[in-house]
Amino acid sequence: MSELNSAVAAAALGSEERFRELLRSVVGVARAIFAARASSILLLDEDANELVFEAVVGEGEEGLLGRRFPAGTGVAGWVMATRTPLVIEDVAADPRFAKDVAEGTGYVPQGLMAVPLLHDERALGVLEVLDRQSHFTLQEMELLGLFASQAAIALDLLQRAREAERALAGDGRLDAVARLASTLSELDEDRRPEADRLLGALAAVLKRA
Amino acid sequence: MSELPAWSLPADAVGQIALATDWPAEVTREWAWGGATGKGVRVCIIDSGVDGSHPLVGHVESSVAVSKDEDGAAFVAEDIDGDVCGHGTACAGIVRSLAPEAEIHSVRVLGPGFTGGGNILLFGLRYAIEQGFDVVNLSLSTTKKDYSTVLHELADSAYFQRTVLVASAHNMPVESYPWRFSSVISVGSHEEDDPTALYYNPNPPVEFFAKGVGVEVAWLGGDTLSASGNSFATPHVTGICALIRSKHPELTPFQLKSVLHLTSSNVGGSR
Repeated sequence: MSELNSAVAAAALGSEERFRELLRSVVGVARAIFAARASSILLLDEDANELVFEAVVGEGEEGLLGRRFPAGTGVAGWVMATRTPLVIEDVAADPRFAKDVAEGTGYVPQGLMAVPLLHDERALGVLEVLDRQSHFTLQEMELLGLFASQAAIALDLLQRAREAERALAGDGRLDAVARLASTLSELDEDRRPEADRLLGALAAVLKRA
Repeated sequence: MSELPAWSLPADAVGQIALATDWPAEVTREWAWGGATGKGVRVCIIDSGVDGSHPLVGHVESSVAVSKDEDGAAFVAEDIDGDVCGHGTACAGIVRSLAPEAEIHSVRVLGPGFTGGGNILLFGLRYAIEQGFDVVNLSLSTTKKDYSTVLHELADSAYFQRTVLVASAHNMPVESYPWRFSSVISVGSHEEDDPTALYYNPNPPVEFFAKGVGVEVAWLGGDTLSASGNSFATPHVTGICALIRSKHPELTPFQLKSVLHLTSSNVGGSR
């Protein structure tokens, strides 16, 4: 039943694209607030044990989106594993910082703040803010925590939308219900009574059978 | 110790629990750790491993790693990978800077690829407590509620056997453990520069604030970098605890915490 619910919800709410926009907006605001050169959100792909760039704004934007690297790499990996934020300056001095990833895009950050995206008991990914202009303060850490909560919710929704899409793809009946839900939600006001009558009749027929 | 009364105090036993420490009229920093170097104190860093070749860390007395076998059972083995990230080395360097003669031991709970997890942390902590280390630095926590009961029991057993757990508070408003337990010393950050500035927080669960912003730390490859977060505030308190224990080895974790309180910068610690 929950699959049916999420399928209907996915169809009615619109999906992946809108949550992506939300993620992009979160990193966009984070970048602006911290006057940073770039900000990004990485999602953990549990099956592959990889971190994937889901949203990037600023420096490196073109090359990074969709790029993957092993979840056990660098600062983001540590933040993910320990579920603890980390703020470091002079990142380039760390030989095991995921330089290959950074250098592949032609942009190696000097400093970064990385914070885990926690939802319930799970760590979904990491939010990073690169090369701030300001000197780090504890107030910034609190602000970053607020962004992290927002990003975690968006990431959770994105994951759910993807799960729903997968469920839809593998089940013709779910797909039919989802398409029906989608059609209903887009229906003009004047055709709604007609649709309601049809739905009522359908329910009655199904119950009789 | 075994002859001391444990469950009740008969009238003729009062003399047996005379305190070993000759408490001064006023507990000052000078009394607490003046002239101390951490000598004879065994400090354990539960983290990503420690790089003993780093000049700011120096000799590491022992290094083990916790990993899982094919059946998923955790086990402890000698650590041959060293620090997989830099974080444990950073913590060890901070402890060393305050307590230069303390013994440093490493228990690595993050594998190469950071395949850690709550049960590995739990296993590593249990191992550290069994080893009877004097002070354990835990700049990590777990958000898994399932582990909280066992962690709680472990923290209590450490407390009763005189192993002091110094645990990093979470920087974000999330429930995580074991720093929230009253049997550990929990640490958050202040923004001051002085590595011995310590503030007692009368509004727990975070009990103490130590230097956690712009800390110059040891990192991999002999490098240093500037890092911030409660992870780096915690080893400052660990280092101070090592100093106090080296001067006053008889103190229980309760007494040690009291000494930290009395020597906090906002209590009377400037003396």
